[in-house]
Amino acid sequence: MLSTIKGRLVVIGALLLLCVWGLVPKTGPEGNKVSPINLGLDLQGGMHIAVEVADSAGTMTAQQKADAIDRTLTTIRNRINQFGVREPTIQKAGDQRIIVELAGIENPERAKEIVEKTAFLEFTIVKSSDELRRALPRMDRAIVDSLGPQSVGAPELGGAQGQGGQKGLNEILGGADTSAAGSDSAAAGSDTAAVGSDTAAAGSSDTSAAGQGESLRPLSALLLESGAPGEFLVAEQDVPTVEKYLALPGVKDALPRNTRLAWGANPVGEGGNSFLPLYVLDQQPMVTGDQLADAGPATRDPTYNEPVVPFTMTRQGARMLQRGTSRHVGDQMAILLDGRVQSAPVIKQTLSRRAQIEMGTGSSLQEAQDLALILRAGALPVPIKIVEETTVGPSLGADSIAKGKLAFAIGILLVVLIMVAYYRVAGMMAVGALCFYVLLVLGGLAGLNATLTLPGIAGLILSVGMAVDANVLIFERVREELGMGKTARTAVEAGFQHAMSAIVDSNLTTLITAAILFQFGTGPIKGFAVTLSIGIIASFFTAVFVTRTLFMVYLERHRSGEPVSI
Amino acid sequence: MRLFKDASYDFLNNRKRAYIFSALLLLVGIFFLVVHHGLSYGVDFTGGTLMQVKFGKATDVAQVRSAISGLGGGEAQIQQLGQGNQYVIRLPVFQSDQQRDVGDELRSALASSFGQDGYTVERTEAVGPKVGNELQSKALEAILIAFGLTLVYLAFRFEWRFGVAAIIATGHDILITFGFISMFNVDITLATVAAVLTIVGYSLNDTIIVFDRMRENFKGKRKELYVETLNRSINETLPRTVLTSGTTLATLFALFIFGGEVIRPFALVLILGIGIGTFSSIFVASPALLEIENWLQRREAAA
Repeated sequence: MLSTIKGRLVVIGALLLLCVWGLVPKTGPEGNKVSPINLGLDLQGGMHIAVEVADSAGTMTAQQKADAIDRTLTTIRNRINQFGVREPTIQKAGDQRIIVELAGIENPERAKEIVEKTAFLEFTIVKSSDELRRALPRMDRAIVDSLGPQSVGAPELGGAQGQGGQKGLNEILGGADTSAAGSDSAAAGSDTAAVGSDTAAAGSSDTSAAGQGESLRPLSALLLESGAPGEFLVAEQDVPTVEKYLALPGVKDALPRNTRLAWGANPVGEGGNSFLPLYVLDQQPMVTGDQLADAGPATRDPTYNEPVVPFTMTRQGARMLQRGTSRHVGDQMAILLDGRVQSAPVIKQTLSRRAQIEMGTGSSLQEAQDLALILRAGALPVPIKIVEETTVGPSLGADSIAKGKLAFAIGILLVVLIMVAYYRVAGMMAVGALCFYVLLVLGGLAGLNATLTLPGIAGLILSVGMAVDANVLIFERVREELGMGKTARTAVEAGFQHAMSAIVDSNLTTLITAAILFQFGTGPIKGFAVTLSIGIIASFFTAVFVTRTLFMVYLERHRSGEPVSI
Repeated sequence: MRLFKDASYDFLNNRKRAYIFSALLLLVGIFFLVVHHGLSYGVDFTGGTLMQVKFGKATDVAQVRSAISGLGGGEAQIQQLGQGNQYVIRLPVFQSDQQRDVGDELRSALASSFGQDGYTVERTEAVGPKVGNELQSKALEAILIAFGLTLVYLAFRFEWRFGVAAIIATGHDILITFGFISMFNVDITLATVAAVLTIVGYSLNDTIIVFDRMRENFKGKRKELYVETLNRSINETLPRTVLTSGTTLATLFALFIFGGEVIRPFALVLILGIGIGTFSSIFVASPALLEIENWLQRREAAA
């Protein structure tokens, strides 16, 4: 079949049809036009993120991480499905990483939040701060012991903090209402005072007493009484310092038993002075988010005009909540999301199935809706962190496609001009083969479901330049054979034969390179490798088979004696 | 049309001049790589944050710099793209001290200076240090494996001396290409590595075609000196070498000029590398082969 011109033309025609058929735009399920070739995120716009388990303590084994990643994968899938992105890619890369690719996403920050948020919900009783207050001197000493008096009590630092505290205190005394609204407790502000009776004066005394470890109160000087039983306030600029202190091992040990501290999610206060609440909580939560049955829809609370997310507990969760709250009517219950206290309402009566999360006045309804979505889809088994992120806006992608098309067209035009000017009729055959080559590559991309990326377009353009190489090798060889006085037919025959080994060698070496690029590459580079490989195979086929067929047709029409136009 | 018809340049006896040219290029390359500013790695390898931003109205570098000056973690690099209001901002950090993504901080810093609608983020790339290190070693591995595998292939298809000569030529090309990369301040990114690997492939390809002809001519019955066979082979493949480089470079220039800002450095690296690859297949690979042959003969004569 391949020895006759007719047979060869049938093969070429069939392949041509196959490619054209593969490239006809299809209509998607929603009546939208679907591009026959998958476009990479860099061309259609979208975001790519890679996440890993955040093992900040460094205590997880590889096996534990792999297990956690498996469970995380399911949760992220649930969340993205509810988020409603068309054809998301959510897959594992290795056994410790998850890749999420969302095409055409308009708001990458929102999508990130939905993937990344642990959404670990806890309900915990707020303890009285008395016990902690008794432990504070011990904690202060532990800080001084581990950091040294200089670093915590350096005159400048101590002075600044003391002043900050002093100022903040006055502010609170003046504006008790605002802080009360934020802390959810009805009676705040009336008996506001800094922790420890002499702290107000600490600002000035610190400066003189610096260096005398006994009198240094690095932590307690920064904690201001809010008025609510289990809640302190910390000036926002001091929050990192307090965090640092609390993370010290000695300080952790000095905490009263069965107690932990947690920051509030939203700062309170007004103007330039805002404070973050620090809550004293029971170590053990009464119930956690895995007992959540449903969440949402998010609404605005009519009284405070802040978004809220109502939720329902499971039967078991409701029982646990009921048991926990029945002993604490009149106390506060903290609702924590990812370790931060979202709100701490006073328990007026025993709670059971329904409750709500308050988002704070600064939040939008959209954020509340997203939180409801995340809660419905479930918490992540462990906190995760983003280790890599790429986003491309839709307009840049469209711009890249337009420019890529232009460069591609001009590149091909240049090659056509060179080939026709240099080889005349044979050059036109090469151009014919080149057109076929382009169709073959595009059809191949569509057929193999490969993804076209920006480097992929570059690879395609580059491979056009290289695709004519095989033709050039053959034509040069034919010219040489003709120069030796051979007849047209035998010269063409010999030309193809002799050029073969060089063509095979050069194509194979490039193919090796492409294979390696494919192996190690991430998204865009993989796209480059794929188009380069398809390009090499297609160029081999077109040069060796298509050009040869065209030559056979040409020689058929030109009787011997006439010169070959090459 | 026919270029280099019956060309018979004496490439090999003039090889000293080619050596000087190569040495000059290598020296310039090494100067830029070692003495001058070396290689600047993109965020894919070092970890860090890159953001391409388009502003609604005319904005200058100083305005952009002051808008993001509050961001910690190191010096921001701000580069204007083309003539438009587009800028690329690079920060060497992925996460700030407060554990926040620098990309998010950049967004809020820009929003507070230019307004929420005053700017559009066209593209971000943020890579954590761990991923960066991984990619770095993976890229190096890829270049080495590509090298090794082609060597194996060459050893299999040709005699070992061809393989060694091809490796010398390719090593020469890679070194000079990196010199150019440093000189033109092109960031080393995944795309640059892909470009370098493509150059390796192309340069080897070019060399193989000349070597293939040599191998064929050695089999011929003509009585001629080794150096004459090499010269003849180079001359015979000269039209092909020039034409293929011509078409490839033509497409790359189209890509360089019309392909847009993102792809331009990639195209530039390829243009330079393919130019060098073409040069080396004639002026480095074949002379190297000759030197190896001469060395072997001298050793034989001594023994």
